[in-house]
Amino acid sequence: MENNMMDQESVLITAKATVLAAQAIGAGLAMIAGIGPGIGEGYAVGKAIETIGRQPEIKGTATSTMFIGCAVAETTGIYGLFVALMLLFANPFLKFLEQ
Amino acid sequence: MDINVRGPSYLELGGIKLSASIVIGWIIIVAAFFFCRWLTKDLKKVPDTKRQAIAEMLVNTMNNMVDENMGTGMRVYAPYMATIFVFALIGALVSLLGIRSMTVDINVTATWAIMSFVLITYNKINANGFKGYLKGLASPAILTPFNILSEIATPVAMALRMFGNMAGGMIITTMLYAALGAASSAIYGLIGFSADTYYFSIFQVGIPAVLSIYFDLFSGVIQSYVFIMLTMAYIKNGREG
Repeated sequence: MENNMMDQESVLITAKATVLAAQAIGAGLAMIAGIGPGIGEGYAVGKAIETIGRQPEIKGTATSTMFIGCAVAETTGIYGLFVALMLLFANPFLKFLEQ
Repeated sequence: MDINVRGPSYLELGGIKLSASIVIGWIIIVAAFFFCRWLTKDLKKVPDTKRQAIAEMLVNTMNNMVDENMGTGMRVYAPYMATIFVFALIGALVSLLGIRSMTVDINVTATWAIMSFVLITYNKINANGFKGYLKGLASPAILTPFNILSEIATPVAMALRMFGNMAGGMIITTMLYAALGAASSAIYGLIGFSADTYYFSIFQVGIPAVLSIYFDLFSGVIQSYVFIMLTMAYIKNGREG
């Protein structure tokens, strides 16, 4: 009887550890989303610098437009960051174990 | 490490938990109110004080920004944009004082995003009529679900953009602080001091400031600017299309 109880407890602990490990790996994988915005923003900044080099008189407009474009391009990366944060700090999958 | 996405709760009044963001937000509101009252004290037609010149400059900057981005005749939105900008800016920059930044709380940014979304939708309906608004949602009939989805994605993206930028910065800064603290206690341990009795981490002086310039100053200013610019662009698009 006692042995059985111990077994159940250790199974639960193993399951919890597995879920936590999977969450950490998932958070890491979610941050792969950072690649896309990185490439996109680099491209946008490069083009903006090209524009400024060609027409230095519109530097102000080009810079502010570039920042807005960068912020919009960042959105997908921020989604990835949000998923990673949720996995790391909100522990959404642990509640399924406790039922 | 103390990382909390929702923000810690400061006060508890009659069973209602006031989060740090609410307390800081109200302090900012009161401070900004009294600052504006002081700026606009005894205005004259021809300004003779520096105070009034500064106040006029701030108002003119905001009005020009709205004129540039939304076209003339939309100055009615300048106070809203100025309010959001100042609130977001000061709310982000309080982290320079060591207080928790107000925009590292998804409730705050979601509130602003929903307010902007209501304004955008009101403008769409006002310019095109309710039927026109529905027709715009279902313009290629096959794409109706995607149009509705992208409509919902607007405030979600606005809220998450601001929150994600500031939260990512806060987490990286916190991790750096923790790492530097651990490094200096390790050094103290090598020398022979006990880290518990002599608590002053030498590495935490100066080094985090480099990151703080980007994550607190630059990111906070850019995100507040982008938030109002996007609101203006969406409102303008809504009125035209």
